Formats: sequence, structure tokens, C-alpha cells
Amino acid sequence: MRYIRPLSIEDAVGQLAGAAGPAAILAGGSDLLVRMKGGFIEPDLIVDIKAIEGLSEIRETAEGFSIGAAVSCAVLGESAALKKAWPGVVEAAKLIGSKQVQGRCTIVGNLCNASPAADSVPALVAAGAKAVVVGPSGKRTIAVEAVPTGPGRTSLTKGEIIEAILLDKRAPRSGDAYLRFIPRTEMDIAVVSAGVNLTIDEQGVVKAARIALGAAAPTVLLVEEAAEALIGRKLDEAALERLAKVCSGACRPIDDKRGTIEFRRKVAGVLARRAATTAYKRAGGK
Amino acid sequence: MNFDPRFSGRKFASVGTRPIRPDGVDKVTGRARYGADFNMAGQLVGRVLRSPHAHAIIRKIDTSKAEKLNGVKAVITAADLPDLTDGDAGMYDILDNCMARTKALYDGHAVAAVAAVDARTARQALKLIEVDYEVLPHVTDVDEAMKHTAPVLNDAVFTEGLEQKPVKPSNVAKRTQYGHGDVHQGFAQADFLVERSFKTEQTHQGYIEPHACVASVSSDGTADLWVCTQGHFVYRQHCAQLLGLEASKLRVTSSEIGGGFGGKTHVWAEPVALALSRKAGRPVKLVMTRDEVFRASGPTSATSIDVKIGARKDGTITAAEATLRYTSGPYAGMWAELGAMTAFACYKLDNVKTVGFEVLVNRPKTAAYRAPSAPMAAFAVESAVDELAKEIGIDPVDFRIRNAAQEGTRASYGPVYGPIGIGPTLEAAKHHPHMKAPLQVNQGRGMACGFWFNFGGQTCTDLNIGMDGTVSLAVGTVDVGGSRASLSLVAAEELGIDYSHVKAIVADTSSLGYNDMTDGSRGTFSSSMATISAARNAIKILRDRAAQMWDIPVDDVVWENGQALARGEKYGNLSPLSLKEIAAQSGKTGGPIAGHSELVADGAGVSFATHICDIEVDPETGATRVLRYTVIQDAGKAVHPTYVEGQYQGGAAQGIGWALNEEYIYGKDGRLQNAGFLDYRIPVCSDLPMIDTQILEIPNPNHPYGVRGVGETSIVPPLAAIANAVSNAAGVRMTHIPMSPPRILAAIDAERG
Repeated sequence: MRYIRPLSIEDAVGQLAGAAGPAAILAGGSDLLVRMKGGFIEPDLIVDIKAIEGLSEIRETAEGFSIGAAVSCAVLGESAALKKAWPGVVEAAKLIGSKQVQGRCTIVGNLCNASPAADSVPALVAAGAKAVVVGPSGKRTIAVEAVPTGPGRTSLTKGEIIEAILLDKRAPRSGDAYLRFIPRTEMDIAVVSAGVNLTIDEQGVVKAARIALGAAAPTVLLVEEAAEALIGRKLDEAALERLAKVCSGACRPIDDKRGTIEFRRKVAGVLARRAATTAYKRAGGK
Repeated sequence: MNFDPRFSGRKFASVGTRPIRPDGVDKVTGRARYGADFNMAGQLVGRVLRSPHAHAIIRKIDTSKAEKLNGVKAVITAADLPDLTDGDAGMYDILDNCMARTKALYDGHAVAAVAAVDARTARQALKLIEVDYEVLPHVTDVDEAMKHTAPVLNDAVFTEGLEQKPVKPSNVAKRTQYGHGDVHQGFAQADFLVERSFKTEQTHQGYIEPHACVASVSSDGTADLWVCTQGHFVYRQHCAQLLGLEASKLRVTSSEIGGGFGGKTHVWAEPVALALSRKAGRPVKLVMTRDEVFRASGPTSATSIDVKIGARKDGTITAAEATLRYTSGPYAGMWAELGAMTAFACYKLDNVKTVGFEVLVNRPKTAAYRAPSAPMAAFAVESAVDELAKEIGIDPVDFRIRNAAQEGTRASYGPVYGPIGIGPTLEAAKHHPHMKAPLQVNQGRGMACGFWFNFGGQTCTDLNIGMDGTVSLAVGTVDVGGSRASLSLVAAEELGIDYSHVKAIVADTSSLGYNDMTDGSRGTFSSSMATISAARNAIKILRDRAAQMWDIPVDDVVWENGQALARGEKYGNLSPLSLKEIAAQSGKTGGPIAGHSELVADGAGVSFATHICDIEVDPETGATRVLRYTVIQDAGKAVHPTYVEGQYQGGAAQGIGWALNEEYIYGKDGRLQNAGFLDYRIPVCSDLPMIDTQILEIPNPNHPYGVRGVGETSIVPPLAAIANAVSNAAGVRMTHIPMSPPRILAAIDAERG
């Protein structure tokens, strides 16, 4: 096994593209090292991206935020500007693992691990976040929801690295929120989860909405029908009921050691409703 | 002079105080040595190959490729552990569990093992071992396993305890029955009846430290074993018997222990490590992974229990009956029997009957877990008791007080009780401020009682007085819950010296006589008795030496407050001789001063507890939150109250995990789905409130200080107390443990239609 720590993204991409055997990208390592220790993978090459310039920074640009691939979730949580603009994304990132794990793990790692139960992903999808992908044939920007294609699988091709996550500048009267269900209070994997992102007008009518569900299907679900249930309405009881019903109906969950199909369906609706209520309040709705 | 164990009602100077723990600094600085912290020059890494099948015939094992791998020093199978058990069925089961002989009986059953120069080579070698399995149908559920159509695990098992020996083998290894009176007549007198069925899932003790040992077998037939265990003398016996070693030539040293809770009372890896070392001719270190700990060691029984209780309008129970079915893994056990014995032990009953069935299933061999079998029985019984109180319209505490066992009550399992604490714990609960704490919407309160026998057993202790007047105490019961601190307090008390001058250690098997293991809450009970005896023997010698120093008859020397006094007016001018002064002269007065003791500690006082808890249930998700929790338990005498409180809190914490989320989840293929702490959900700190404790002291008449065991009873009431609280909060009776959110939500939805 070879470990390298390239200083440029081009070098990292070149090394990954040229690797003969299985290669892995190391940022925080909170998934990679666990899987290596468990004997599930034995990579020949490990490319540590933490020394690459700019990858450990959160940049505020005219368009919004660019979060480098090596920014830990703990650092993410210390960015006042990001917390103010995208509290739902930050609260999702701060639910991953434990405090110690958050000091290492990254939202890009969480995305590329491609677990349907990843905490930060529904929040990012609801936020309309984009991923900047750098590869042997150049740079492209894709929607976050286009990255995972199934449990443990992504659309990234050999040699490709996600360099950063982009979040838009916030429109006025916007708010987002993320909630997950776990049987414990912390240090657990979502049984089911919901991310909600809303923009309202001065009267409190929902103008734009994105609702995403986690652990409810093989990949994170962006539920467009749920957004339609809210757009053009105030967030009254009827709208919330409709939202919950649509979200429950959109789920394609499985029975497993963490929960049942019935449980996930029902609780997906409950969480979407509760997250929507929080997002609405954050947007200034009453 | 024989040792008199009777309670004397003395006043204490050291016992009952709370000095800092003697093992604390080492544990927080990392200096303490646990099972995996022992190392030897030239040691190899041992790894075990485990069956992926729940039930399969082992047709053939080909180890030739693994043996040829560079760095592999030994590969063993059952053939390397020949059957030396000589008709001892229990030992044969232990042997078969350590290494499957003809059949793999559960997912995780050991089938082969390797010793190699490093972990990587050992792992590679395991992949090169070829096992030819014939997969058989399996059964993991207790009720399914009892059906006539279930696959039979062992054709040689015919249910014991029936009037007629059955003609066909089955998975029911044994039937047992306890009770007295006539339950039919009793039920006929009842105005109210509650009859319900309950289920509990299998849990693991969840000790943080995995099983770990280093074994070193010499070519001359002597061997050493360093191991994390609750009973190194028992491990020595078992390993010596299974390996064909002489017990005196196998020296077993116990490490610090990162939790046992009954799970480290059985050998698994140790005979394998010894067999590997014997074959390789080098020391072998074997440390289980967490996955192996879950799949192959430990768990408690899964159960299915029916309860029927009847009472008159005035709140008197007229009859009580329970049928208890407990899984024991693939080998016979006495788990249902313990459930049948403990189920109604809290109550004074004229008519009671309990029947237990030991059920074989394709799960790991059931091991003891803190008051083994009692929590599940208490869950079923205390749930029904609560429901019955509600039907009659009596407060659940008053209902229990009315029917509580007392001194002189004939216990449902046979004996007549001496002074006991069930009534006092209930009275304390009734008046506890917790009972008056306000409850909000979706919150419920529950309470429940629990019983555990407590054990005594064989104990041997040495007390040595150094020439500087300090005392070293060598005990043979492994310190799982603070016994070194408690026993030091007892030695200090008896000798009349300061606690800081006593240092207790756990001696290895070659340094001390046989000790039973630390189980049955016996550690402090039995070793304190032996320590008192040893100290009194040392005092006899101290008096004798003082008499020599003074040149007076020993009968005129008494021992008081850590010093020898010359008794009588004629010695008025003799100043007392302190322990330190006598010790300093010991070389001139007859040599080292020591006290030894060997005894069977009889008369372990039974133990009772009452728990109260408040739970909030989210009716939309089934999520639960423990708001308040109070443990009230009789300790007899709390030697070190902080440790006693710790035992109360620890048992409650484990019970909360068991009640709410912990369970073994098997797939349809019979494989364990959640062999790790991520998905086997023990509570984390933030899941628990501060657990309040109240120590009652009703002296055990059979111990000089009145001590009772305190370690186990605290896990008996929680399942029931929490089930009663959740049922009250959710408005629906919960009958299946754990009450995980999907189960609670399904129950609420079913109730509301």
C-alpha cells in the first residue's frame, strides 16, 4: 500500500487516474479507515487531499459559499456566515458521528461514501448544493443529488475528485432545516431523515421549496411533489398534513436492522413536517 | 478458634466511608493492564475462523494451504483439542463451543484457528482454510424452536424433567417447576385476573473490553495464561481439564477487567490460545474483535413468557402462575429455571406455580448476564402486577406492599426468608420525592420490584503485614466492581488501622488457594468474610508477639483500635503497642506476621430492589426519553457507598438499554445482522438522566458486618419499570422488549386503529 500527499489537485487527479490497483481518497478518513480496519477494502494507493491548496477553506464569493473538500464538519460548524445562511446544512453536518469524528469528517466524504442514510446529503440536496468535480478531462459542476447512484456507489469516474461544494447566496426570507430519527440521542445512523429548504414572500407564502428525504430509498430522494404541496401556500396545518402525506408516499424504504418500512414511511412524513416548521420560522414565517 | 460469621452490630470506623479508589490513577493514566496489554517475547497472533452458517455439518476442513503460508506457525481444528471430558456433559459442551467438532451450531461458531507471526498473515491464513459445510435448516426464535416441525439441533437431547421420557428428541432440553399451594383453587378465589404473554429479545453484556489472553505452553507441560476474566481459578480448572494439563502447572493471572457482567465467567478463546501455543511452541496472544464478541460470546436468553395472576377486590393476590421459555443457545442450560425461581420471589403467595423450559436454538451459547434470567421474568410478572393493580383500582405501590414477602414468608422457589428488604424498599419508594415529581403530556411513570439470590462460595485470602506496619491483602476474587477498595476498608476496620495503609491485589492461581469466580454478587460478600477471618488470624499473632515483647501471658493481651493493650491493673504501666511497633520487631519475635483464611461463605443474604422511572414517549415517532430514574435497594451494609451507588446506577443503565433498544437481530439466513456497537444500541451518556440512588441497610444476619451482595439486583427491575412507564405514557400495554421506536409506534397505531 502506498500513501501520498499531493500538493495540487492536478497531481492528485493524475495519481488517481494512473493507479493500477484500487485507490482511495483520504480526507478525514472517518469512513475509509474504518472500512480498511474492518477488512472490507484493501487499497493499493491512498491519496491524502488535505495538503492541496484551498481544499481546507470555506470561501465566501459573490455567488455564495465554496466549501473545500477537506473542510471538517467541526470547522464548518464554526463558520458564523455559513451558519447564518444555511443553518440546516450546518446542523446536518454536525450530526455526523461524534464530536471526535466531526473533527475529522467532511461533507464531501459523507457524499462520496454514498450511504442512503448520510446526514449531510439530504440537507445539501434540499439546499440545491452543487459539487465541483475535477478529473482527467477537466472540471465540471453537478448537482449534489447526481453524485450517489446507489448504496456505496457514485457517478464519479476513475481519477475524479470532488474539489468543493457550492452553496448559493441566500435569497431574503429563506430558511432550511434538517432532522433525522435515531433511537439514541447521538452517535448513530439515521433511520430516516428529512431536509427542507424554503423561501417565503412578505405575506409568508412559500415561493420556493426543496424537500429531500434520507434513508428512505437507495439514494437520497428529492421529493418534488412535496415542494409543490407547499409552494403558493402559507405553512398552515393543511399544507403540513399534505407535505407529510406526500413524503410518506414518496418513500421506497426497506425493512432492516435499523427500522421497518412502515416506521420509515410514517416518520419520514413526521420529520418533513417538523423540519418544514423550523425552516419556515428561520425564514421569518409566523 | 473457628470463624464466627454472625452479624455483630458493631460500630464502624472505616467501613461506610468513601475513600478514593486504589485502581483509579492507573486506569485514568492508561497504566492499568487489561487483557490485551500483556505481551511476551516471540509471541504470535492468534485468530479464529468462524462459521458463517447458523447450522451446518462440517464435512471436512482442509488446512494445508494455510499451513504452507509463510509466517504461519500453527493451525488447529477440533482434532487438536481431543475430548478429555470423560463423560462430563457440561465440559463437553464448553469444548464443543470453543471449537466445533462435527457441526457448526450458530453463526460465529469457531471451526479452526491459526497462530502466525503477525495479524496480517493470520488473517490471510484464515482465508486459506477450506471448510466443506453441509448447510442444515436452522432455528433462532424460542417459540419456533419448540414447535414439532422445528429443525432439531441435537438428536441426543430428550426433554428432561418430564414424567415420561419423550420418545423423540427435541429442542427442549429440560422442564423445571417451582411453587406451592394450588393455583387452580387460588384463581377460583380471584375477583380479578390478568393473563398476558410477553417476549424479550436477546441482549449482550456489552462489556467494553473484548475477550483477550496470552497463552504460553512450555514443552515440559507447564503453562501460563494471562487473561481478562471474572474467575481465573475457574478458567484454570476448565482449561487444564480441556487441554489435559495438571491444574498446579497452569498458572493463570487475571488482568484488570473492562467489564464482565457474567460474560467473562466462561472460557471461549483461552483453550484455543493454549492449544495454539502448545502446537506452535511459542506464546500466542488472542484478542477477539467486537464482531466476534457479539457473534460468539456472551449473550443472555431470548424469552417468551406467559403470566397469569389473580387477586381479590381487597388487593390480595390469590394465585400466580408463569410459564417461561428461555433460549440457551445450542447447549442445555438452567436459564429458564432461574427465571422460574425468581419470577415471584418478591411476593407472599399461598398458591404459586412456575414452569421453565430450556430451549436450544442456533444462537451463541447463553452466558450469565447480571442476575441471569431474573430481569425477563420480572418484566413479565411486574407488568402483569401493574395491570392487575390498575384493574382493581389500587395504587401499584400499595398493591405491591400489600403482597410483599416478609421475614418468615416461604419463597416461591422454596426457602423461608430471613430479614429481607422488599417491604422497606417499597415503603421508601412510596415516600420518595420522585413519586411527586410532576408529569407533562406524553409522560408516564412506572415502577417495579426485583429480586436476586446472591451467592457465597469458596474463598481464600492472605493478609501479610510488612515490617513497616503496612498491610498487603491478596484475594482470589477478581475485582469487577470495586472489591479491592471495599476489602481494604474491611481489613483496615478489623485491624484498626488507616485505609491508606492497606493495599489489596488479586493474586494469581499459583499464589493462593482456590476461589470461585466473581459472580452471583459474591466478590465483596465472600472475600470480606475471608478478609475479616484472615485479619482476625493475624490479630491472634499480633497479640502473641505483643505478649512476647511484654513477657506476659497472651490471654492478657487484647486488640483494640489498631494496638495491643495489656489487660488488667497489674499492667498499668505498659503503654499500648501499635501494629507498626509490633511489626517492626517481628524479625525478633517469630518472623513475618500474616493471617490466612479459607472458607465457604454461606448465607449470602437475598437482595431486593424497587425502581421508579419516568419516560416521555413521542407518539408520532415512538421515540422515548428517560426523564427520571430512581433505584432503591437493600445493601445489607454498604462497605464503600460510592461503589454501591455505582452498582445501582450501572445495573439501571444496562437495564434501560435492554428495555429500550438493545437486541440481537438475526436475518432469515440465521446470521447476526448487528454485531457491533453501531447497530447494537447500548445507551450513550446523553441517553441517560442522572440515576438517583437510595441505599437501605437491612443487615444480613450471616455476615459479621451485615453485608449483602449488591452487584446484580439493580438490573432486575428496569425492564419492567420502564415497560410500565412507557405503557402509561403511550396508553398501550407494551409486551415486547426492547421497546424500540418501531415497536412503540406500531403499538400506538394498532391501539388507535
